[in-house]
Amino acid sequence: MTDPAKAATGMTANALDLNDLSVAYRVGGRNRAVLRNVSLSIGRGEAYGLVGESGCGKSTAALSVVRYLPRNGSITGGAIAIDGKDVMKLDAEALRRARAETVSMVYQDPGKALNPSIRIGRQLTEIFELAGITGKAAEERALAMLKRVRISDPVGVMQRYPHQLSGGMQQRVAIAMALANDPSMLILDEPTTGLDATVEAEVLDLIAQLRRELSASILFISHNLAVVSNMCDRVGVLYAGMLVEEGTTKDVFNDPRHPYTVALLRCLPRGGQRKDQGRLDTIPGFLPGIGATITGCAFADRCALADDRCRRELPPLYELGDGRLSRCHYHDKAQTLPRATPSDVKLPAPATAAEPVLRVENVNKTYASHGHALRAVKDVSLDLAPGETLGLVGESGSGKTTFARLLLGLVAPDEGGQITLEGKTLAPRLEGRGDDQVKAMQIVFQNPDSALNRSHSIRHLIGRALKRLAGLSGKALETRLDELVRSVRLTERHLAAKPRQLSGGLKQRVAIARAFAGDPRIVVCDEPTSALDVSVQAAILNLLADLQAKERVSYIFISHDLGVVRYLSDKIAVLYLGRIMELGPSEDVFSGPHHPYTEALLSAVPKLDRSESSRIRLDGEIPSATNPPPGCVFQTRCPRKIGAICESQEPPLVQAKPGHMIRCHIPYPELARLQKHGAAQSEPA
Amino acid sequence: MSATDTTTQERPIGRRGPYAELFFALMRSGTFLTGFAIVLFWVICALFGEHFTPYDPLADDIINALSPPSAEHWFGTDQIGRDVFSRVIVGSRDILTVAPLATLLATVAGTALGLFTGYFRGIADDIVSRVLEAFMAIPVVIVALLAIVALGTSKATVIVVIGLSFAPIIARTVRSAVLAERELDYVAAAQLRHESAFHTMFVEILPNVIPPILVETTVRLGYAIFAVATLSFMGFGIQPPSPDWGLSISNNYGMIGGGFWWTVLFDALAIASLVIGVNLVTDGIQGALND
Amino acid sequence: MVFLGGQVLPGNVGRAILGPFADQRAVDTLNHTLGVDRPLLTQYWSWISGFVQGDMGTSYVLRRPVAPEVIRALGNSLKLAAVAFALVVPIGILGGVVAALNLNRPLDRIISLGGLSVTVLPEFVTGIILILIFGVWLRWLPISAAWPRDAGFFTQLYYLILPSLPLFLVLFGYIARMARAGMIEALDSDYTRTAVLKGLPWRTVIWRHVLRNALLPTITVIATQTGYLIGGLVVIETLFRYQGIGSLIFTAARGKDFPMLESGILTIGIVYAVATLAADFLYSVLNPRIRLGGEQ
Repeated sequence: MTDPAKAATGMTANALDLNDLSVAYRVGGRNRAVLRNVSLSIGRGEAYGLVGESGCGKSTAALSVVRYLPRNGSITGGAIAIDGKDVMKLDAEALRRARAETVSMVYQDPGKALNPSIRIGRQLTEIFELAGITGKAAEERALAMLKRVRISDPVGVMQRYPHQLSGGMQQRVAIAMALANDPSMLILDEPTTGLDATVEAEVLDLIAQLRRELSASILFISHNLAVVSNMCDRVGVLYAGMLVEEGTTKDVFNDPRHPYTVALLRCLPRGGQRKDQGRLDTIPGFLPGIGATITGCAFADRCALADDRCRRELPPLYELGDGRLSRCHYHDKAQTLPRATPSDVKLPAPATAAEPVLRVENVNKTYASHGHALRAVKDVSLDLAPGETLGLVGESGSGKTTFARLLLGLVAPDEGGQITLEGKTLAPRLEGRGDDQVKAMQIVFQNPDSALNRSHSIRHLIGRALKRLAGLSGKALETRLDELVRSVRLTERHLAAKPRQLSGGLKQRVAIARAFAGDPRIVVCDEPTSALDVSVQAAILNLLADLQAKERVSYIFISHDLGVVRYLSDKIAVLYLGRIMELGPSEDVFSGPHHPYTEALLSAVPKLDRSESSRIRLDGEIPSATNPPPGCVFQTRCPRKIGAICESQEPPLVQAKPGHMIRCHIPYPELARLQKHGAAQSEPA
Repeated sequence: MSATDTTTQERPIGRRGPYAELFFALMRSGTFLTGFAIVLFWVICALFGEHFTPYDPLADDIINALSPPSAEHWFGTDQIGRDVFSRVIVGSRDILTVAPLATLLATVAGTALGLFTGYFRGIADDIVSRVLEAFMAIPVVIVALLAIVALGTSKATVIVVIGLSFAPIIARTVRSAVLAERELDYVAAAQLRHESAFHTMFVEILPNVIPPILVETTVRLGYAIFAVATLSFMGFGIQPPSPDWGLSISNNYGMIGGGFWWTVLFDALAIASLVIGVNLVTDGIQGALND
Repeated sequence: MVFLGGQVLPGNVGRAILGPFADQRAVDTLNHTLGVDRPLLTQYWSWISGFVQGDMGTSYVLRRPVAPEVIRALGNSLKLAAVAFALVVPIGILGGVVAALNLNRPLDRIISLGGLSVTVLPEFVTGIILILIFGVWLRWLPISAAWPRDAGFFTQLYYLILPSLPLFLVLFGYIARMARAGMIEALDSDYTRTAVLKGLPWRTVIWRHVLRNALLPTITVIATQTGYLIGGLVVIETLFRYQGIGSLIFTAARGKDFPMLESGILTIGIVYAVATLAADFLYSVLNPRIRLGGEQ
């Protein structure tokens, strides 16, 4: 830190400069471009966000900076400078010192980033040893670092191994390790992706706090626009390995000047938009593949504003003043991009008065886990009307997926509960259910790669479902197949393909077509868009809404994304440790008054259009379902806990107002009073 | 991260199927091609070798017994004057019948066993797995030895014994692949169509576990050749008067102290080349599948 | 199980010993003396209770108690196996580690393909070639493992080098391959990236972060190789005329000497079980995830 050379250059140089950086991966004997002539600079103390969808090269950019590309990756052009020093010219020892003293990195999946066979304390002290601090002193510094990332029980954590920590704690440790050398450049690559919403919010808060305490410049990489908008001063948008737009966060998100940014921002369900208020915007077409040859503008194929010039001539990065850049020939009219909104279909309201299509009464599921009883689902009762969508919301361990599998008969519930489909009791297991009952309830899984048999063609996948579920064959099957394929907006030419030849969005359409093959009454959608990019997600949500309007099908929609759930759902159930904490009409649950847990979940959602406000943060981690806390299961983290009663008695699920149930000891009017001033903030983005 | 960057990419429709891709990858693999050429050479020798050997591999010629390599006898002659070169050329015939048949038996039995235990799991799987584990604890050579002592030596016995002792190993590979496949949602989707267990196992799961089966089969072929050669050497495999390599070494190695190296060296090198050839093929396939 | 295996094998013991031309009455008498005409369960009980007490029965062929024979043979085999193991474990691991650190470079190709090739060669083939090279042509090493009476430790070792080499070669490729795969996985892991990006010297990264995680699976493999090793002993001991457990089993099998055969195989089973247990133990000591269990 007292290196005179560094101090001398330090005043003038940027923290990071990428100059015309190009990176390629060698796949199948060919070099495929991943980053194309990317230039960007991060000033001292600045936080720069790099956003883009999967495959746009954002992680590659991060790995290039620390010169840690995968074996088949190579920098094919350009330069990288940290503190004005050319990273590519460093020899092995200088590179090591740069990593030890100047740059640090935190990435996704902290469980893998920590060495499984070394205690946390040792993994931290070795960093201080590099700086010549050893023994007791190093241990004290390590402990101080853990305190700094506000981990609970830092002394205990020092002695533990990574697998003994929860995901949120692991990421705190990873951040502590990254900050231990007091770096001038900190790279955060999707640091909260994969964490639960409430944990993600805590980690983001921590990063924001640390930013104020430390001087490090930050390169923040994320696919989540809202996260970046809250964390960064300036933002760059990557598309197909090219920087297409850059500017201050406020400018780019409020006044985008590239059609891609414009379209991307419109794709997100915002401001409590609902399916009956119209469809979401989509971006037609697909991301160009890695290494695709691009002549002209990379986005031209998907851009409604594109003309011949766009397809012919690669737009330069136009300077728009105030440090704003846009790689669009028509940046001045980017915002006039026509909405790619499919024609609106009016949704008939769900027939709530009618006999429910599905009734669940007192369903439980207990697993045996290392001698403990793990209550994955506890006393769940609810109704589903024809044409209605029930949104299931909850973090990991909430039992939402187990509940879905119980309904489908893939997992048998404990004795005692009852599931009724159209008035008839369902056998606990699939084998005991009639063919009609089986085809009446189908599922769209989260991950189409797992859900679609990779050995079979699309035609076989859908055809087999039609044969088994609709009992069709021969000509009738062919006709229905064409119809079904068209209704999910696939084309004839997709039919011969195998799943791996299709993109994620197309695969999910195949899965949806399969679920609808037998005219189901209920389709369970288990996080159907969480593996997809935002631009693809919108199209899938639209498709689900259209199909519901046409087929009068009921959905059970599972998602951790509250904006998405709100868009599709008529009714919401909030689950925590296998229990329903709140159940009610979608608007009531979102607008409140709501259960304190729901309140915290809503508050945890990163919002695009609002910077920090009074946020509710949960302490600690989600307890294990094998050992739930006594009394109310949420009491260990509840910010509105009222006292001993919460610790001793489990509150019942009581009716707060017609159709709206809350499991809390705090009376409804009191909740309303407590949450009144906060209600304005709980609008999801 | 960079991995997801590269894998979630849009793939243009019309790309080659997985097996065509495997084929082209193999054609680029030097390892595979070298191995394949060696194996092909011995297969041709086994099929047509007798038409181009200079001498009858079984004809003795006591006068010229134990003559060292020369222009007439490239590889010399053995203790009853048979031409070693001719014997080496046709010596692949028996081993190349017995070993592949044993492997085939092992693959079919092992695949069926692995599919059933992996798919049904539960108590049946536990019992079968324990039995297989206990079975695998005894070295294959010893199992084979015991069985052949009991059943007598014939090619059929060797095939059955090696086939059945390799079956559990293949079953274990298949089972673990099936267990992983079974967790995938397409199996649940099949159940949600009320498909029969048979359909799910053979139409849904089996095509997806072919690659590990293919690799395991070629690995086992290498070991089957290993085992047949070893059993022949021990006197429990292929029986005289076959010019089989292992058998020839068994008959002649007692004399190597006397310096008659040619009676065993060429057979040993022949076995070595065949086994290495098969394993280069295996390695090539494995590499191509991992790419 | 071993016992049943031995009994299910058809073949009349008395007939096997006395040969096809013996008088039927003589065969019956011998069978009675040996006790093989008693009911199976009775035989099993007396056999197993005997084995537990260290009495392995009497050899049909040698007409001597089995136990001392088996123990002596096992001792010899363990000597041979120990030499092979002592050579192969460090060299095999080193080979794999060096190959992984030079991934896809010529050194890696040489070690990988060389290891793969020698591993798949039957022991008698490598044995013959090694005997020809070192015993016949160069005359550096004795071609028989039978050392002179009263040979000292180093003389014994000298006689054991050649026989242990084929075993070494078979195991080398296996161990090197596992070590290489484990190393590659560990080198590609996120935690190695973390360690490198911490700015640790490459040497520290390898020694502290990579090796331990990389070599865990190899340890288990080494133990499972005991089975192969014993299989190999049968061949090697025959080829080098060495009085070990392998040649004991081989001779017993040929002579249908069931008490000898059963005891020999059961002994192997025990050795195998002990090796597997030892590996499990070592694995759990080295792996905190198993030692401490998970809280998640």
